[in-house]
Amino acid sequence: MKFTIRAGVVKENIYKWVFAVSAFASLLFLVGITITLFIEGLPIFKEVGFFDLLFGKLWYPTYDPADFGIFPLIMGTVWVTVGALVVCVILGVGSALYINELAGKKQRAILKPMIEILAAIPSIVYGFFGMVIVAPFIQNLLGLPTGLCAFTGSLILGIMALPTVCSIAEDALSFVPKSFREASLALGANRWQTMVRVVIPAAGSGISTAIILGMSRAVGETMTVLMVTGGAAVIPHSFFDPVRPMTSTIAAEMGEAVMGGAHYHALFAIGLILFLITFIFNVIAETISRKYRLKLGLSG
Amino acid sequence: MKNKITQNLGFFLLFFSIITTLFFLGAIIYFISVNGLKVINWEFLTQVPRKGMTEGGIAPAIVGTFYLTFGAILFSLPLGLACAIYLCEYSPKSYVVNIIRMSINNLAGVPSVVFGLFGLTVFVKFFGFGVSILSGSLTLGIMVLPQIISASQEALLAVPQSYREASLALGATHWQTTKKMVVPAALPGILTGVILSIGRVAGETAPILFTAATYYTRGYPDSVFSEVMALPYHIYALMTEGTHPEKQTEIAYGCSLVLLILVLLVSTLAIVLRQRQRGEL
Amino acid sequence: MNNEVKIKAKNVNFYYGNKQVLENIDLEFYQNRVSALIGPSGCGKSTFIRLFNRMNDLISNTRMEGKIYLDNIDINGKNVDVVKIRRLVGMVFQKPNPFPKTIYENVSYGLEVNGIKDKKSIEEKVIESLDRAALWREVKDRLHDSALGLSGGQQQRLCIARCLAVEPEVILFDEPCASLDPISTRSIEELILELKKYYTIVIVTHNMQQAARISDFTAFLYLGELIEFGPTEKLFTVPKEKTTEEYLTGKFG
Repeated sequence: MKFTIRAGVVKENIYKWVFAVSAFASLLFLVGITITLFIEGLPIFKEVGFFDLLFGKLWYPTYDPADFGIFPLIMGTVWVTVGALVVCVILGVGSALYINELAGKKQRAILKPMIEILAAIPSIVYGFFGMVIVAPFIQNLLGLPTGLCAFTGSLILGIMALPTVCSIAEDALSFVPKSFREASLALGANRWQTMVRVVIPAAGSGISTAIILGMSRAVGETMTVLMVTGGAAVIPHSFFDPVRPMTSTIAAEMGEAVMGGAHYHALFAIGLILFLITFIFNVIAETISRKYRLKLGLSG
Repeated sequence: MKNKITQNLGFFLLFFSIITTLFFLGAIIYFISVNGLKVINWEFLTQVPRKGMTEGGIAPAIVGTFYLTFGAILFSLPLGLACAIYLCEYSPKSYVVNIIRMSINNLAGVPSVVFGLFGLTVFVKFFGFGVSILSGSLTLGIMVLPQIISASQEALLAVPQSYREASLALGATHWQTTKKMVVPAALPGILTGVILSIGRVAGETAPILFTAATYYTRGYPDSVFSEVMALPYHIYALMTEGTHPEKQTEIAYGCSLVLLILVLLVSTLAIVLRQRQRGEL
Repeated sequence: MNNEVKIKAKNVNFYYGNKQVLENIDLEFYQNRVSALIGPSGCGKSTFIRLFNRMNDLISNTRMEGKIYLDNIDINGKNVDVVKIRRLVGMVFQKPNPFPKTIYENVSYGLEVNGIKDKKSIEEKVIESLDRAALWREVKDRLHDSALGLSGGQQQRLCIARCLAVEPEVILFDEPCASLDPISTRSIEELILELKKYYTIVIVTHNMQQAARISDFTAFLYLGELIEFGPTEKLFTVPKEKTTEEYLTGKFG
């Protein structure tokens, strides 16, 4: 009969299944990463104890007996991230506001690609630049024993995370309906008041998403901090102390750790903690942005 | 009056932010270019390193970066495109879409060094690929997968629904419509996304630290199981290992400039392509 | 006049989510005749004809009740392949939607997806279809230029040619002239009159004059219901229903 189903249908279904399976690859990798980190990281929790590992103040993985206290590394990450956050929020959100609120069409057409180019520069180049140009400059300027410290790290990392913050914030700002602005201006508010009281609150959750994702980027960044933060695994007391954040510890020490040894597992445990931190950040960012979309009635 | 002053001050601060941002961009490009140009010449680009990295060129690192990038895209493009096709063209149930989308978002947020740990455990050790081009490419490929997926998705969504309807109404099957109509129409957009990913992959260091990169090879890799030199890793190695810091810093400048030019060329190309596409639509 | 039934709709109800857009429609369309569906916009005309090539399958959250027969076969039946239905029932859309390919490729596309591989016969068919769609003379020197460079009217005739190439038995026109100028509209109308020699034609239009000019039968739909169906001449001159008369005389619409 002329309408009956073709032989080709089977082939079509096979394609559909191939696509479906591929679609789950991301989930597979995510689960794979989680499992890997747990398997390789958990032994050290057993050996050292959860509390001593997380809050131990000494990180001497190659001594005998070795100390596996991650706390100095966590503090290193915290200091550098907080510093970077200050830089990238001020400059990133400021730039986004400038591009969206003040720049004309022509300026915008130049500035947006510039920000993208900043995003495209590899982290190793940032690290190298920080190490050979910025660190000596800061050392001389402030008369420090070394320019390789949390401050320099924060600065460079902040610049690196800036494009992430800027472009997401810029997106959020551009979603604010024109009518909001017009209504405010019509009431006699000037442009600055309109921006601060109407536009920024309206884009608030978008901007918070941007900041959280920028923070996530800063926490996870490796090569830059490895090269510019000085690498001392001690709890820092000021921004001008050298620090050793978690990412750079993994990168620097994995090469010398004996495969399957306690040090090796400890590095995976650090990876696990990092993974969980960024995972939480991402979930928060996603939750905020979903609520925000619902609020504005945007789908997807 | 007071309002006016606040406004001017506020606007000045915003202007200051963008100028500072641009200043850093300018400074990076300026310092790397000026110092890098001093060492870059034909020999530098085409020779192997000599005398403990203090002389000769960086050709094996350029070649290595090319192999790793090519391998990563080769792995992630088909996979990412297939995922995007499933999400856009086969529109599965919404909870399935949500699960997949959440995985993609979270995978995109995983720190690059954690990908390195994953690659080390799975590809280097478990599958026994060793420290090699293969392990490195796969690790980089997984890292860049979310980016490829979202670029492809965006491109597919930009294809007007009327093309799909017209094709189906002519008796094309779903698969024929996807293959012969939708994907070709989305191709420029997909390519733009891929080009941007190339820039990202070529510049990444952390994922290849334990999976592919080595400080020094005598010649060029001869199989996918060889370890390789790579531009970004080479910069790191030059700055942290070896015995002639000054000589090595010069070479590192050269490497950085080569990498920077490579990455900027690629992203500028992508940006221009995209603007042209947007102009057309 | 010997009218052979080609398509038959029986007790058709259609829902978007919970909203019913078609109510209990019974209608027959005849072979080699032009049937027009008229009615105010939003009355469900387009939704209705999209059932005949199952285009509404593509829209999620929709539901159909009732039966649609093509040559007495239920097109929603279990063993029926929707792809084959669409090959037999062609469609021309409201807005000209040529593919972003060359003029030639636009027409050859349907042939290729239907499994024709021989270059020679594809070429013959492309020329024949363009000729039948009254476009051949205008494009014969630029077959390999982009179809997007054609004028609106030419694009719509290209879409018709594209549809003819797959040799359908029925052609559905969904307001084919809605976005065209009067001259292009005229040429499309002439074309439709020419095409009815070979095909069964159903055309949706909100333009009553157009229905009067080209159709043999007219159905008037209002708020998802079929108000009246009959030979065009009769419906326009002596409508049976009051609503039809009011619509035709411009009391609403």
